[in-house]
Amino acid sequence: MSVFAPISRQIGEGTIRGRARGGDTSPASILFLGLLWLSLLLAFAFLVTLIVTTVIEGSPRLNAMLLTEFPASRPEEAGARPAILGSMMVIGFTALMTLPLGIAAGVHLEEFSDRNNWWNRIVELNVQNLAAVPSIVYGLLTLGALSAIGVKDKNIVIAGATALSLLILPVIIIVTREALRGVPIEIRQGSLALGATPLQTLFRQTLPSAIPGIATGSILALSRALGEAAPLLILGALVFVSFDPNGLLSGYTTMPIQIFNWTGRPQDEFHILAAAASILLLVLLLAMNAIAIVIRNRYQKRW
Amino acid sequence: MSTLTTEGGPVVPGRPSALTPRSPRVGEKVVYAILRSASLLTIVITAGILVALAIPAAEFFAQVPVTDFLFGTRWAPQFADASFGVLPLVSATLWTTVIALVVAVPFGLGAAVFLSEYAHPTLRAVLKPILEVLAGIPTVVYGYFALTFVQTTVFREWLQLPTEAFSVLAAGLVMGVMIVPTIASISEDAMSAVPQNMRQGSAALGANRMQTTVRVVFPAALSGIIAAVVLGISRAVGETMIVAIAAGQQARIVENPLELGQTMTGFIANAALGDARVGSLEYDTLYAVGLLLFALTLIINFISIAIVRRFREAY
Amino acid sequence: MPKNTPTEHRLSDDNAGVKIAAAQRPTASAIVDPVLECDNVDVFYGNFRAVTDVSMDFGINEITALIGPSGCGKSTLLRSLNRMNDLVDGARVTGRISFQGEDIYGPDVDAIEVRRRIGMVFQKPNPFPKSIYDNIAYGPRVTGMKPSSMDDLVEEALTKAALWDEVKDKLKQSAFGLSGGQQQRLCIARTIAVKPDIILMDEPCSALDPIATMRIEDLMVELKKDYTIVIVTHNMQQAARVADRTAFFTAHADDTTGNRTGVLVEYDTTTKIFEDPSDQRTEDYISGRFG
Repeated sequence: MSVFAPISRQIGEGTIRGRARGGDTSPASILFLGLLWLSLLLAFAFLVTLIVTTVIEGSPRLNAMLLTEFPASRPEEAGARPAILGSMMVIGFTALMTLPLGIAAGVHLEEFSDRNNWWNRIVELNVQNLAAVPSIVYGLLTLGALSAIGVKDKNIVIAGATALSLLILPVIIIVTREALRGVPIEIRQGSLALGATPLQTLFRQTLPSAIPGIATGSILALSRALGEAAPLLILGALVFVSFDPNGLLSGYTTMPIQIFNWTGRPQDEFHILAAAASILLLVLLLAMNAIAIVIRNRYQKRW
Repeated sequence: MSTLTTEGGPVVPGRPSALTPRSPRVGEKVVYAILRSASLLTIVITAGILVALAIPAAEFFAQVPVTDFLFGTRWAPQFADASFGVLPLVSATLWTTVIALVVAVPFGLGAAVFLSEYAHPTLRAVLKPILEVLAGIPTVVYGYFALTFVQTTVFREWLQLPTEAFSVLAAGLVMGVMIVPTIASISEDAMSAVPQNMRQGSAALGANRMQTTVRVVFPAALSGIIAAVVLGISRAVGETMIVAIAAGQQARIVENPLELGQTMTGFIANAALGDARVGSLEYDTLYAVGLLLFALTLIINFISIAIVRRFREAY
Repeated sequence: MPKNTPTEHRLSDDNAGVKIAAAQRPTASAIVDPVLECDNVDVFYGNFRAVTDVSMDFGINEITALIGPSGCGKSTLLRSLNRMNDLVDGARVTGRISFQGEDIYGPDVDAIEVRRRIGMVFQKPNPFPKSIYDNIAYGPRVTGMKPSSMDDLVEEALTKAALWDEVKDKLKQSAFGLSGGQQQRLCIARTIAVKPDIILMDEPCSALDPIATMRIEDLMVELKKDYTIVIVTHNMQQAARVADRTAFFTAHADDTTGNRTGVLVEYDTTTKIFEDPSDQRTEDYISGRFG
C-alpha cells in the first residue's frame, strides 16, 4: 500500500483530528512506540541488574584490603594491589606510545594527504579495517613480533602496552580526523589568506580547536584499553603476580586479568573478590568517562 | 605613507624577486616527514599482522591439510591422536554470534529509533549517556555476569533449564547486550543525519510518526544501519572474554543453544594460557585459528564497506 | 602541497564554439600603473573550465568591482588572484597573472608570500576563536614580522578598519562576541595588519545588514588611498557606489560540453559601464532585464 492510501481513507472517514486510523494514536503506532519503550527498558534493566548483582556480590570484599594486598591462594588474604598498579602502568605507557602516533597519523590523513591518490585511499581503508580487527589478534601480533626478535618472557609491561597501543591506534586516528573535520574550513582559509603556511595554520588554529574532541575520544579509547584482557592473556599476563610492577620490563598483571583469574577459580570466595574488583574497575572507568564528557561539554567549540 | 603599507617594494629587474619565501622553512619539511611516516606506520601494522599470522599458520598447514582444517569436525589439537578440524570452534562462534544478533539488532535499532525519532531532547540527554555506559563496561565483567548470574542463577536455579556450567546461550545473550550500544549509536547517527525536511515532507502528506520512521527515515538511513549491524557481527565474532568465561572450554559441535562449546576466540585464549612451546604444532595451531579469525573479520568488514557504498544516500 | 603551474601563452582560437566579446581596455582613462595583470587567464577545476580567457589589468589604489550573475566565475577568478584556488583539488590556472610584473604562478614564487601581499576578505566573516587582539596579531606573528610594538600595530590596524573606538576596551575578549559588521571589519583589520598591497574582497557585505554594509563601503573608499581593492559583488548598486572600474562577467554555455563557463564581457570605468555600456549583455544586466 502506498503512503497515499491511508490519507484518502483518513479524509474519507473524517478523521482529520488524527484519531483511530492514521494518527499517532492508532493501535499500530501505540504498539510500535510501546515496543520501542520496551527495548529501552529492557536494556536499562539489564544494566541495572548487572550493576546491582555485581555490587551485592562484591561488597563484602570491597574494603581497603582489596587495594593493599597481593593475590593469594587463600581468598581471605588476597587483594588486587599489583593488578591496580599494573593497570595504571600499562595504560600510562599505552597512552605515551599511541597518542603521538595516532594524532600524527590522523593529522596527516585529514589535512595533508591528497584524497584522490590511490595510495592514500588504501591507507584510509586500512585504518578502517584495523579498527574492526578483534583485540585478540593484536595479542597474537605482538606475540609473534616479540618471538621474532627473540624475547622469551613476554609477560612484561612494555609488551602489554604495545599490544594495547596497536589496538587503540586506529581509534585514535579516527577520533583525531573527526575532531579536525569539526573545525570549519573558513578558519583554515582565513589563516592561509593572511600568509600563514599550512603547518602554521595546523598548529596555531586547526589543532588547538580540535583538541577537546581529540582529548575526549582518546580518554574513551584509553578507558576501553583499560578494560581489555584478551591481548594481554595471549602475552601471558595470567601469571601469579605477587609483587608490584617496577618498570618496563617487569612482570605485571592488570585488573581485568585478575578478575578473569578469580572468576575462573572454583571457590565462591574468589568470585566475591572478582565482583569486588569489578566494582573497582567500573568506578575507575566511570571516572574516566566522566572526565571525557566534562571535557567535551566544557571545551568543545560551538561554531 | 602609513606603516601598514607594503614594505616589499616594487619588483625591480636584477633585484631578488619579492615573492620568494621570506624564510627557508626547513623545520616544516621535517614535520611533514614525521606526519607522513606516522600514517605509513598503519600499513606496516597491517603487514605485520599478516606476517605474524601467516608464518606460523604456514607451518601449521604444512603439517595439516587445509581441507582437514576447514571441514573437519573434531577439534583435539592437544591429544595424542590429534585432530584439527575447526568446525566445532566455528559452530560455537556461529551460535554465539547469531544469538547475540538476535538480541542486539532489535534492541539496538529500537533504542536508536526511539532516541532519534521519538525522544524529547532532555530524555535523550539522559538516555544517551546510559547507552555509553553500557558500551564502556569491560567484557570481563560481562563475562563474569554471564557465568554467575545468567547461567548459574537464572538458567540453572530459577528456570531449571537442562544446561551445564556453561552455555552458548548465556554467553550469546550477554554478548548481545554488549553489542546493543554499538548498533544503537551508529544507527542513531545514521538516522539523525536524515534531513529534517524529509520528515516534514512525509508529515505534510499526512503520515504519522511511525509511518514516517519506517517508510522514510529507515530506508534513507539504511546504509548506516547496515554498517552498524555488520560492525556488530564483527564485534561478536571477535569477542573473547565473555565466551572464554561463559561459553565453555570444550571444543564440540554445538547443536542447541543450551549446550556448551568453545569458540575460535575462546580457543585462542585458553590455548595461550597453556605453555605451548614457540614453534611447536600447538603454537602454530593458535595462529592458524587466528588467521581464520582475521580473515573472517576482514571479509565481514569489506562486505560492510561495499554495502554502505551501494546504499548510501547522498544528501 | 600546492604546485606551481607552468605559465603558458594560450591563444583564444582553440575555444571551440565559445564566442567572446573582446574585453574592453579602458581608453579614455587608461590604467597607467597596473599592479595586477591578467593575460588570457583560464581557470579549470579538473576538466571543467570555470573561467575563460580573461584579460584585464587592475590599477593601483583603485577599487575594481567584478559584477555579474551567479555562476560566472567571478569568485573563482578572485581566488586565483591570490592563489587560494591552489587549495582546491584539481584547480589549475593557465595564462598569466602578474603582480607588479612578476608571474605569481612562476616556479620560484612562494604562494604563502603571494597571499601575504594579496590579502582576502571572505563573504562570511571568519574571525579566529581567539581574542580580538590575537586575531589581529596572528598574521604578523606567523609571517615573521617583528614590529617594535605589537600593541601599536594592532591599534593602527583596527583604526584603519574603523573599528578601534568600538573595541579598544575589550581587546582581550573573544572575537565571537562582536556583531557581524564588526567581525567583518575585524577581518579587514586582520588583513591590513600583514601589510598587503592588494585586498581582495569576495562579496564582503552579502552577510551583513544595510547599515553595516554602508560602513564597510565607506571604509573601502578610505582604504583605497593605501591599498588596491578588488571586490566581487552581486549588488551592482554597490559597484556603482564604490568602484572606480567595473568588470561585467556572464556565464556562457560551452557549445561542446554544455557546461557554463565564465567570460569577461566588458571592463571599463564604472561611469562608462553604468551609463553607456558597449555590450548589449551589459546593458541587459544593468537595467535588470536578467540577473
